[in-house]
This record gives sequence, structure tokens and C-alpha cells, in this order.
Amino acid sequence: MVKLVVEGLEASVGGKQILRGINLEVSSGQVHAVMGPNGAGKSTLSNVIMGRPGYVATAGSVSIDGTDVLSLPTWERAQLGLFLAMQYPTEVPGVSIRDTLSLALTSRGISSENVVGRLLDEALAIGLNPELLDRSLNVDLSGGEKKRNETAQLAVLQPSIAILDELDSGLDIDALKACAERIEALTKNQLGVLCITHYHRLLDYLPADTVHILVDGKIVESAGPELAVELEAEGYSRFLPDKQDANDGVSVAIGGLSLLKPSLVDEDPFADPMA
Amino acid sequence: MTNTDLTPFNLAEINVADDSNAFHKLQYGALQRARALELPSFEEEVWRYTQINDLDLSKYSIGAPGGEMQARGLTADVVDAAAVLEVVNGEVVTSQINDPNVSIFTELDDENVASGVGSVMTDAVDIFAEYNHALSTSPLVIRIARNSVVEKPIVIRHATSETDFAWFPRVVVIAEENSEATILEHQVSTDVEALICPVTEITAGQSARLKYLTVQELGPRVWQLASQISDIGRDAHVAVSHVAFGGGYARARIDTRMVGSGATGDIGAVYFGRKDTTLDFRTFQKHDAPHTNSNLLFKGAVDDRSRAIYTGMIRIEPDASDVVAYQTNRNLKLSDEAWAESVPNLEIENNDVKCSHASAVGPVDADQRFYLESRGVPSEVAEALVVRGFFAEVLEDFPIPSIGIKTLERISELLSLEGVSL
Ligand SMILES: Nc1ncnc2c1ncn2[C@@H]1O[C@H](COP(=O)(O)OP(=O)(O)OP(=O)(O)O)[C@@H](O)[C@H]1O
Ligand SMILES: [Mg+2]
Repeated sequence: MVKLVVEGLEASVGGKQILRGINLEVSSGQVHAVMGPNGAGKSTLSNVIMGRPGYVATAGSVSIDGTDVLSLPTWERAQLGLFLAMQYPTEVPGVSIRDTLSLALTSRGISSENVVGRLLDEALAIGLNPELLDRSLNVDLSGGEKKRNETAQLAVLQPSIAILDELDSGLDIDALKACAERIEALTKNQLGVLCITHYHRLLDYLPADTVHILVDGKIVESAGPELAVELEAEGYSRFLPDKQDANDGVSVAIGGLSLLKPSLVDEDPFADPMA
Repeated sequence: MTNTDLTPFNLAEINVADDSNAFHKLQYGALQRARALELPSFEEEVWRYTQINDLDLSKYSIGAPGGEMQARGLTADVVDAAAVLEVVNGEVVTSQINDPNVSIFTELDDENVASGVGSVMTDAVDIFAEYNHALSTSPLVIRIARNSVVEKPIVIRHATSETDFAWFPRVVVIAEENSEATILEHQVSTDVEALICPVTEITAGQSARLKYLTVQELGPRVWQLASQISDIGRDAHVAVSHVAFGGGYARARIDTRMVGSGATGDIGAVYFGRKDTTLDFRTFQKHDAPHTNSNLLFKGAVDDRSRAIYTGMIRIEPDASDVVAYQTNRNLKLSDEAWAESVPNLEIENNDVKCSHASAVGPVDADQRFYLESRGVPSEVAEALVVRGFFAEVLEDFPIPSIGIKTLERISELLSLEGVSL
């Protein structure tokens, strides 16, 4: 049983504050979805947790089973059991996926003896052309191939907590199904997942226990999987600050779920909606 | 400075006025010119950023003492060769031909030597090339027979083991019409104080295909001032590649001239500077004829306190239409004290051309390193893998595959990746 705990996390990029106090807990076997509008800070959250250069945590904490993650270099976070499937996987010319995974395993003290075979099995399971395994990492791969590649690596490395940053973007429906079901199977085997997505369809194959709405650097609502369905139908408008020049056709608040205080919204569109 | 004051190598005392053969005549003329030349200064553009002003010619003596061929370094495994030529301290010690389509001339009184030397570099590009003209004791003139394909590489080794010694390797390659060959030149030395001024002249006749690969593994106290010049004829294709690891100051001036319509020149380099090495590359891609291509790709890394200089010029003459020319230089800076400079240039006198140049000097890409680290690869290994990958990209399709592999192995060693199974 492993638990990722994010508490009061604030973070900035290029001197600009993006995350404004995130609280989250993901335990083994759970799937937490994070949804939110473009620019809300979803990738920033995943990058800060993984320690990407340029993403600076300014307050709060991230821990795994009580071990402070933020003070560790990225590779130690990975060895502690974290994995990030990136929204835009980086191209690394001249470095193959095989070499990367062998090194990733041997430096964990795990034999990489059958890494080639396991990678091949995983690739076949999710419909990733095995020829691509000899290529440089992500170089000249299509968007969908990159996401399958991330999934295959995840399956070989068997982390305890995986952050999936829009794993579904670029995947056709067959690939989406294959990747999501593979990860779903891993959750049966105790994988905990923080799944960032814009679309409900991913969650059809990788059912979420909890759905969080991230807006302007804060989680403004957390609820069961039905929230994802609602969002897909209604959009995020009811979570967004009401802007004077916004399109009038959009309805702003539906039902009793809104946490926005209307009085604050008009005064300061950048104010903390949770205040 | 008067002519008589300039007496490096005791030039004033040397008498090559013996004009019994054409080669000696050529040397005599060059000697007269060399006596009138002064050493360059870093204030000249083509010597900018260099420590050329620190070169003290007076400490070197010249001659051709010969000696034993010692380490063969990166080229040791290349045994199956069309020809092997080994030149040690100015003396040809091995000259072995295994392919009837290769002819080699080394005797100073041979007319092929007299006509070959200076056939491409008609005017010395600098004083060091002029010294080579005047003082080379070991010219190698290699002819590839018309319409022949020489499958195995021709291997040349230039080895230096004398200290306080200067010498002047010269190679002339004539690839006759529609011939094909690959030449591997290895430049190697023990840890000696030496000055080496090589000149390489390449002529590719109509439709000839020639690859010329130079591997430089010189000791840390060697000054090497090399120039290479190629004339690429009609529909011919020449690929020159340089691998450079060593030397105190190792310079290569590389002139590639597309002189025949349809000519193609590929110019590549992989270099890795360590400790206090300075690696200096000056390239000139000159398009004299229409429908010609040239493609330059130089990739280097500087570690420790090493320095790398790249300056390049693409020149397209008025008559050269339908030209495509590229020039790319990328440098990775691996330590705070390492330094690299990259200056690309274009001079275009014709409108019907497609040209591009790109250059970069910077640290290892942080996102690439992060990607590998995010899989659990420790920072230092991740950085080394990215650097290795940067070179692997070009070494994977290197002119002589086994040398590409050896070079990558050597780079892996330098990156402390040798214990890592890849
Ligand atoms: N490297 C960066 N440099 C500068 N600004 C950045 C950087 N990364 C993110 N930002 C900014 O931070 C904010 C949040 O970006 P982030 O990528 O976290 O959003 P997101 O929720 O993942 O959006 P999307 O749905 O488009 O992926 C945006 O305003 C973005 O422009
Ligand atoms: Mg994002």
C-alpha cells in the first residue's frame, strides 16, 4: 500500500505562480482523474511532482508514504515509485527505449535481463509497432505512437504511482482502449493513478474513483465519476470566474455545486474562487 | 622581420636547390615563399580565437628519423585493407597494396609525386601548408583506377613519437573517372612535443565516389595545423569526415570545392575535447559550378577546460545556379570551464540557390535529461546518454561503420558509460 500525498502545493513557472494550494491523495489501486480547462495548471502539477527543471514548488509538500519527494532529484522520485507519462514526450535523439529501460531497471538494482522481451510483450499488447523500439526515443513518432510508447514503458517499469498527463490525446479509439485497459489491469495490481484528461472516454476504460476539477491552480471541486460525465456535457463554465466580456450564451452556474462566491467574481477575476 | 631572421627549422641552412627532379623544384619554390612569410596572428579572421601567437617554431627540429609504428588506437581493428601506408616521424615505413586498382607513389623522384603534390592546393592556404610544400619528406600519392570499385578501405597512418620535432605529412588522392574508394587516415602520437602540419589534396574525377575519413588521436602537447582541400568534379561525390579527440591545439582547415556540374560534397565531423585541448575547424564550401550540393554537419562536445572553434563559409560563385548548400554546427558544453564558439557564414553571388546554416553552443538539453531521469536513470548517466545519443545520430551511418562504432565506444568511455551495457 503506497500513498502519494500532495498538501497545500503552490508552484511557479518562470516566476509566475501557477499552482495555488493543491491538496490530493492517491493510494495504491485508486484512480484519480484531474480535469480542467487549458492552462489551469494540470501539467504544471505533474511536472512539479516529477521535478521537471523550471517548475518550482514554492509552498506545500509532496510525499510518498511519508518520504518528502520535493527534495529528491527526479530519478530518485522515479525509483521511489513515481512515473510520469508526459503530455508531450520529449524526443531524445540517439537514445533507444531499450537502453533507457535497461538502465532504469539496473539502476534500481533490478535485472534488466529480459527487458527486451518484456518490452516486446507490452508493445504487442497495446499495438505499438515493435520496430519503433529500436528508434531513438520519441523521434519521428506520431502523437499516438508516443503515448503508446509511454504506456509500454510504464508497464515495464511497474511504478507504484503513475501520473498520466493527457495519455488519451493523440490516441485513436483502439489505442486508447488498449492503453487504458492495460493501465486498468495494473491498478488491479496496486498501481495508483493520477489521470489528467479532458475527456470522459478515457475514464470509460480506466474508471476513476474520484474526479477533481482544477481551475486556475486550485482544485475547485472533487466528486465521483459522474462529475466527468457532467463536465463533458456542460463544460467548465460554471467553475470559471465570470468575465465581463465572456460570451453571454454560456450558462454560468448549474445546480448547487458551484463553490464560487458571486460577489467576489465580479470584483476580481483572478481572486481565489475558494476564498 | 627580415627573411634571414626567420629561421625556424633552420630554413636558411636548408638547401633544396637541387633541381634534379620536378618535386625538388616545387619544394625549392615553396621554400623561397615560406622564407618570406610570417606566422599568422589571432588578429586575422581565419585565426581568430586561437592561441596561434603562442606557437614557438624555434623549438622544433625537422627531418625524417622514422621509427616503429606504435599504438593504432581506434583503427587497430581495420586489418582487411586495400592498401596500408604507415608513415612514422616523416618516414614511410609500410607501403602495402592489396588491390590492383590502387596505385601508390612515394618516391620523391617519381613523376606522379611531382605532378600530384600541389595539383589541388596550387597556392598554399597558409604558412603551414607552404612549409608542407617545402619540407614534406613523405608524400603519398594515391591513384584509384578509372571505372574501378575498391571495396576495402585504404588505410593511412601518420604516427609521431619524436619529441621537439616537426613534420609535414602529405597525402594526394586522385580518384579517377567513375572510380570508388574509401580512405581512412589515422593521425596518432605518443605524448611528445611535436608540430605536425599535414596537407591532404583530393581530386575526384567525373562520377567518382570517394570517402575520406580522418581520425585524430594526438597527444596533449601536439600542435597540429592541418589543411585538406578537395576538388569535386562533374557528378562526383566526395564525403570527408573528421573524428577528433586529441592534440594540444589541433586545427583542420577544410576546403571543399564543387568544381564540376552536379558535384556533391559532404563534410562531417565528430569531436570531443577534454582537458586543455583546443580543436579548431575552419571550413570553406565553395560552389563553382551549377547543380551542385554540399552538406556540412559538425557535432562536438567540450569537456573540462577544452575549447572548440568552428568557423564556416559557404561561397556560391555567380555561375553556380541550382545549388543546395547546408552548414550545421552543434556543440555541447559539458563543463563550466569549457568553451566553444561557432560562426557560420554565407557569401552568395547567385539567386538560384538554397542555403541554410545553423549553429549552436549550449549545455545538454534539460528536457531530454529530465525525460530519462523521469524513468529512474540517475542524473549523470542520463546526461551521458544524451551526449552519447547526440553523437550516435551521426555515427550510426558513418562512412566506415566499424570506425563509427569504435568512435562511439570511445565517446562512451569518455562519458564513463563503459560499465553500462548498451
Ligand atoms: N515552461 C513554461 N514556461 C512558461 N509558462 C508555462 C510553462 N509551463 C506552463 N506555463 C504556463 O502555466 C500555465 C499552466 O500551464 P499547464 O501546462 O500546467 O496547463 P494545463 O492545465 O496542463 O493545460 P492544457 O490543458 O493545455 O494541457 C499556463 O498559463 C502556461 O502558459
Ligand atoms: Mg497540460
